[in-house]
Amino acid sequence: MEELIERSAADIAAEVRAGRVSASHVTEATLAHVDSVEPVVGSYLTVLSDLARTHAARVDDRIRKGELLPLAGVPIAVKDNMCLDGTRTTCGSKILENWVAPYTATAVARLLDAGAVPIGKANCDEFAMGSSCENSALGTTRNPYDLSRVPGGSSGGSAAAVAAGEAAIGLGSDTGGSIREPGAFCNLIGFKPTYGRVSRYGLIAFASSLDQIGPLARSVEDAALAYDAMAGYDAMDATSIDRPVEPTATSLREDLRGLRIGIVREFDTKVLGEDLDRLYHAAYLDLERLGAELVEVSLPSADYGLATYYLIAPAECSSNLARFDGVRYGLRIDGNDVREMYDNTRAAGFGAEVKRRILIGTYALSSGYYDAYYVRAQKARTLIARDFQNAFAACDLVACPAASCPAFEFAAKSDPYSMYLMDYYTIPMSLAGLPALSVPCGWTTPQGGRVRMPIGLQLCAPLFGEKLLLGAAHAYEQATKHARARKPVTLEVNA
Amino acid sequence: MSVQYEAVIGIECHVELRTVTKMFCGCPNEFGGEPNTKICPICLGMPGALPVPNAIAVEHIVTTGLAFGAEIPGFSKFDRKNYFYPDMPKDYQISQYDMPLAVGGSVKYWMEDGTMKECRLTRIHLEEDTGKSTHAGSGDGRIAGSSYSLLDFNRAGVPLMECVSEPELHDPQEAIAYLESLRRTLLALGVSDVKMEEGSLRCDANVSVRPAGSTELGTKTEIKNMNSFRSVERAIVSEVDRQIALLSSGERIVQETRGWDEINGVTHSMRSKEEAHDYRYFPDPDLVPLEVAAGNVSRLKAALPVLPWQRFERYTHTYALGGKQATQLIDNLALANYFEAVVARSGNPQQASNFVLGDLSRLANETGVPVSDSKVTVEDLAELIDLVERKRVNSKIAKELLTRMWDGAGSPAEIVEREGLAQTSDRAAIEPFVDEVLAAHAEIVAEYRAGKTNLAGFLVGQVMKASRGKADPAMVNELVRDKLGS
Repeated sequence: MEELIERSAADIAAEVRAGRVSASHVTEATLAHVDSVEPVVGSYLTVLSDLARTHAARVDDRIRKGELLPLAGVPIAVKDNMCLDGTRTTCGSKILENWVAPYTATAVARLLDAGAVPIGKANCDEFAMGSSCENSALGTTRNPYDLSRVPGGSSGGSAAAVAAGEAAIGLGSDTGGSIREPGAFCNLIGFKPTYGRVSRYGLIAFASSLDQIGPLARSVEDAALAYDAMAGYDAMDATSIDRPVEPTATSLREDLRGLRIGIVREFDTKVLGEDLDRLYHAAYLDLERLGAELVEVSLPSADYGLATYYLIAPAECSSNLARFDGVRYGLRIDGNDVREMYDNTRAAGFGAEVKRRILIGTYALSSGYYDAYYVRAQKARTLIARDFQNAFAACDLVACPAASCPAFEFAAKSDPYSMYLMDYYTIPMSLAGLPALSVPCGWTTPQGGRVRMPIGLQLCAPLFGEKLLLGAAHAYEQATKHARARKPVTLEVNA
Repeated sequence: MSVQYEAVIGIECHVELRTVTKMFCGCPNEFGGEPNTKICPICLGMPGALPVPNAIAVEHIVTTGLAFGAEIPGFSKFDRKNYFYPDMPKDYQISQYDMPLAVGGSVKYWMEDGTMKECRLTRIHLEEDTGKSTHAGSGDGRIAGSSYSLLDFNRAGVPLMECVSEPELHDPQEAIAYLESLRRTLLALGVSDVKMEEGSLRCDANVSVRPAGSTELGTKTEIKNMNSFRSVERAIVSEVDRQIALLSSGERIVQETRGWDEINGVTHSMRSKEEAHDYRYFPDPDLVPLEVAAGNVSRLKAALPVLPWQRFERYTHTYALGGKQATQLIDNLALANYFEAVVARSGNPQQASNFVLGDLSRLANETGVPVSDSKVTVEDLAELIDLVERKRVNSKIAKELLTRMWDGAGSPAEIVEREGLAQTSDRAAIEPFVDEVLAAHAEIVAEYRAGKTNLAGFLVGQVMKASRGKADPAMVNELVRDKLGS
């Protein structure tokens, strides 16, 4: 059983398709493992045992009928900001604590159609706002590699679930780094596709112009399989892009010959400390050893990324989250009139970070401040996108850290700004809409830490460069095998 | 010394567009129905649901803009208008702020006396309608004192056009004539049902007054809650009077939104400028900018129908019809088209209009069959007009023929032929009738000769009767006077 839950999605799907193991068997094994590790990890807000069994039986039925399902029987974790018909969908918030989604998000539906089995709805920072999962109002998720540390965020539940073997693939959403950073913290591939590649229909919006769904997986191949199943135009999302998707899982590379990889001049890793500086330089050299030519590129406006992001994302969230008013669904705390009901409901329903961002966003959009904040931020966003365009004239991919540190201990980042800094390296790509991923690139023992923790290398490609991006990440992953250096404590315990 | 004031009025209309589905989802766009039966996650603003714009609604705005001569920018976008309201599912309305689909243009309208006027438009934009609130527990349906409200989202997400005029109307009659012309045009374009009673046309008026002759605008108030053209007229009259009274007594006008109270016939303050919302407009990140292709604009322009004001000008100038007749025809599109076809064949607009608006409309009312669907074909009516023009039948016979034609008796020439109804101007044929009548009414003839010359009419009538209406009345008149004079 231990073995099955450690298998890759690609392996599971191949076994199930070949009839050597049933989807139902995989599901039972996974659910049993979930039972045993959930008390310490806490990846899921809702475990969907019955629904998982129903889906598994359906998959077995389809396999018997000869369907070639690319994700046959693959157990998946769905971040709890994505709708799945008939399941509780909370966004990690009290305001949606008991809300049951009446429809299914396109990305989720496509994975299920490809044969995936939904194991549970995974914890996340409230409305995907955070970098540690600590902003969830409904549960604590621990890093499977050190239970005293956070799994990262906001897709921390999905990341922890995949790292702990509670799912083979996790669905996350990335607005400023919410897939890549927990990917790096949990020794996973965390992949954010080009904005518009995966439909947002059914993803509960944080910042609409930045949100993008993507996979968390234990291998590049698994991430590619999930991406291939989800990507592509959806008529239900006006921002989804109607452009053919090149399959990625079947065109993974073994080397990096002929590729120019840009190292960002402004992202000097010395500031990350001696150990991380050494690890990232080693990673860059590995890229070179695999045949890539390293070139220096410049992103002069990237330093404005954080400030830009913290105007645009809150502005959009202040409007996106207005609908949680107690009128039609979710929490309602009564008042003497409708205005008081709004106030009571939102005061009780939203956590501190969500309120902070609603306030920042409301302010940034207010008459008299709009030009100074929102409009300027949009201009900065254009400059950042242009920086990348210029960089990609000189290179095929950009490489840089995925996060500025490994997973930290709970409550270590108590002031919001230090938490915001976690996304320093991931935000510029989000603002530019570019595809980017984090891939494990080494281990470091954090200050005061007892065990080694993983760190991630971020690779970024031009718009729609998913095939190249995943291909290169696969070559690096296969050559370095960093992810295999340690097992999560949850498997060590079981073993 | 009393100052003369003039009113300055601008009209803002909200028009629900006629489309099969709503603005951003696939729900049916239909009036009424059981509450909350025409809804889905999108128009309910459920978490995670996304809007996808209705291309037909966009075309309707472009068509409307073109009809009013507005500029259609190649680039437009949707913005969010943020404010909390229970019947607005997302607590923001998808609307257009600084880049509307149509800019400028004007509405040509005409007054009862036929004078053609023009009011410029500021802009026309596209947005989504809200749901409806029903306040319960207060007895009178008002929010004050109500204990709870019921929400119906059937209307939420219905495509809504906002059409804003410049402040260029100067009295309630102009405002009504403007609205009438706008309504007629939207009907002719087929973009809306424009039914005020069903709420598919709603309007607010911006009203200010200023000393006559002044070019500066006074402080305006915005009047809401007007449910018919009649209440628009009454509300403007009442508000203009209120403002003049205030200014005359040395007081100032406060810029505010005022509601029209239909029952008491007054406006009352709803909220002041200071209480106005900061809507925090920003581009809707769920929607990509709208690029209106020049090719589409020219296609829609080529497909524009003849517009009501264009018909009005033609009817009153080229056809020399009266303003009232012209308006009556224009207000019934099928009738106007029928009328024009008859004019094209007969070349006699006045006679065609008389028949169409007179006897034919009466028959249509009596039978419930529209003139354009009746058995009286365009060809038959043109033939009848020709018979009258050539004096083959007189007006009395023509009237009779029309009734027979309505019942399907055939073409007028056939009926005349078959029943020998042709008018005669043959002196020899009419003379015996004249002699007969004069002989039968010797006393009247004597009175006439004694000076009561107005009795000639009676005698002419008797001759017409004796000829069963077929005699040419002019010839009869001439003969009667000849014989009496002799």
